[in-house]
Amino acid sequence: MITLLIFWWLALVLVGAAIGVIVSRNPVYAAMYLILSFVTSAVLWLLLEAEFLAIVLVLVYVGAVMVLFLFVVMMLDVNVAAVREGFTRYAPIGAAVAVIIVAEVLSLVWIKASGLPLATPLASQGGDHSNTREIGLALFGGHVFEFEVAAFVLLLAIVAAIMLTQRQRPGLKVQDISAQVKVRREDRVRIVKVQAERDA
Amino acid sequence: MIDWLQNILWFLPDGLRDIAVQVIFIALQIVPLVVVLILCVAFLTYFERKVIGYMQNRIGPNRVGPRGWFQPFADVIKLLLKEVIVPSRANRFLFFVAPLLSIVPALATWAVMPLFPGFAIAQIDAALLYILALTSLAVYGVILAGWASNSKYAFLGAMRSAAQIVAYEIAMGFALVGVLMAGGSLNLGVITEAQSGGILNWFWLPLFPLFLVYFISGVAETNRAPFDVAEGESEIVAGFHVEYSGVAFAIFFLAEYANMILIAGLTAVMFFGGWHSFFAGSWFGGLDGTPLAFLREPSLAWLCLKIAFFLFCFLWLRATFPRYRYDQIMRLGWKVFIPVTLVWIMVEGAMMVAQVGPWSS
Repeated sequence: MITLLIFWWLALVLVGAAIGVIVSRNPVYAAMYLILSFVTSAVLWLLLEAEFLAIVLVLVYVGAVMVLFLFVVMMLDVNVAAVREGFTRYAPIGAAVAVIIVAEVLSLVWIKASGLPLATPLASQGGDHSNTREIGLALFGGHVFEFEVAAFVLLLAIVAAIMLTQRQRPGLKVQDISAQVKVRREDRVRIVKVQAERDA
Repeated sequence: MIDWLQNILWFLPDGLRDIAVQVIFIALQIVPLVVVLILCVAFLTYFERKVIGYMQNRIGPNRVGPRGWFQPFADVIKLLLKEVIVPSRANRFLFFVAPLLSIVPALATWAVMPLFPGFAIAQIDAALLYILALTSLAVYGVILAGWASNSKYAFLGAMRSAAQIVAYEIAMGFALVGVLMAGGSLNLGVITEAQSGGILNWFWLPLFPLFLVYFISGVAETNRAPFDVAEGESEIVAGFHVEYSGVAFAIFFLAEYANMILIAGLTAVMFFGGWHSFFAGSWFGGLDGTPLAFLREPSLAWLCLKIAFFLFCFLWLRATFPRYRYDQIMRLGWKVFIPVTLVWIMVEGAMMVAQVGPWSS
């Protein structure tokens, strides 16, 4: 009962935040709404006893991805009016995507209604059950190969991204930190002994 | 305690009463902790001014109350009575939300801190991840404050802070991976338990480079000197909170110091045995049976002692080092700390496979 109430309340907030992302005129507000929707969906996952996934969602999307988003949005003076002009052009594609999503949701509802074995409800595991431990065992036990492949692909992506940004311009003045650190006093300062002036 | 609450709330219907009892029970744990934390913040400001004063051969505050002990209260009252000025072109809503966004994570993280044997307000299994997630939220307060103020200096401070926190969070996360490997759990209580049995069993010894990286990254994450480019008084006045005054400024201040206490506490818990005693090991076995045997017991006092030491280190760093240059901060974060942590995680893995020391069992 209480769970249901919390779910409906969070679902309302989530939908409201998602609408806020697309209707707000200020890009910083849009980013903040997106953050709100991430946090709300994390709490929804907590309701499903998936605390590991919930925390990781906050950590990765809110803690890292959205910081960079906000960074870019604040640095660039995004002209919202110009972006809006594309609305009619992209509206058909958006509508198509919306239709597909609605169809997917309806098919899920249909499966659940038809009582196929897919639709067995998830077993509730009680307070002592560690979702984190289960995911760890699954990732590093049965699925370690896939996990490592995913890690390798991500590593490749990182290397590629860094390669893309590495453009060497000739004649760039760069500080050589190790040379700076290696400097000793003798390289910079010369102590000169000056004879004190004597009376003639 | 729970029975007593059940009795007091006899007039509520059964289902509602259980929920009310749970809520009140949790609140009764949270409120004292937060009050103590805020008092600690108040006296930490006094401690800071005194310590830095003596390091610079001054006396520090000594006018309000005996030896200046009431100075923090005088400061708080002054800040509460000041007018909160909102810049005319500022974004009002985000301007007031920003300080709240910086204080909430600083306080909420304390929920998983193991305070004494067997007790944390929330014993969750993913505590380490929870801490990482919440500390990464703290940056929003700074960024939004800088943006919402509609001021060049505040914005520059916010941008610097964002870049710095993104850089150091990665090193911090890797250091926590090392702790997680050594402790065999993400639960801070279990991690503390794993360090039982004397100073040599604490994780600072096998994880020494990770400890250094974690603590220094912690100083950077809290925007404290020598990493305080987000404030950078000499070039951008006061950085992200330059437009804030009165209570709004006080909340930023509170958040910064609460974060310092938090980093000190986490360093103590993850690398220095948390509530374990200094005298717990077999070296001090002679104390058993003497009146001093209580010194070998784990307790909250040990945790507080360790936190106080690391807080002193924060102040010590501030009094000792000049501010880092921006490019040096980036170099240290990306090119020094991240490789160091990666290498040490490999070394740690090798140590665990080879069963080195008492830590790998």
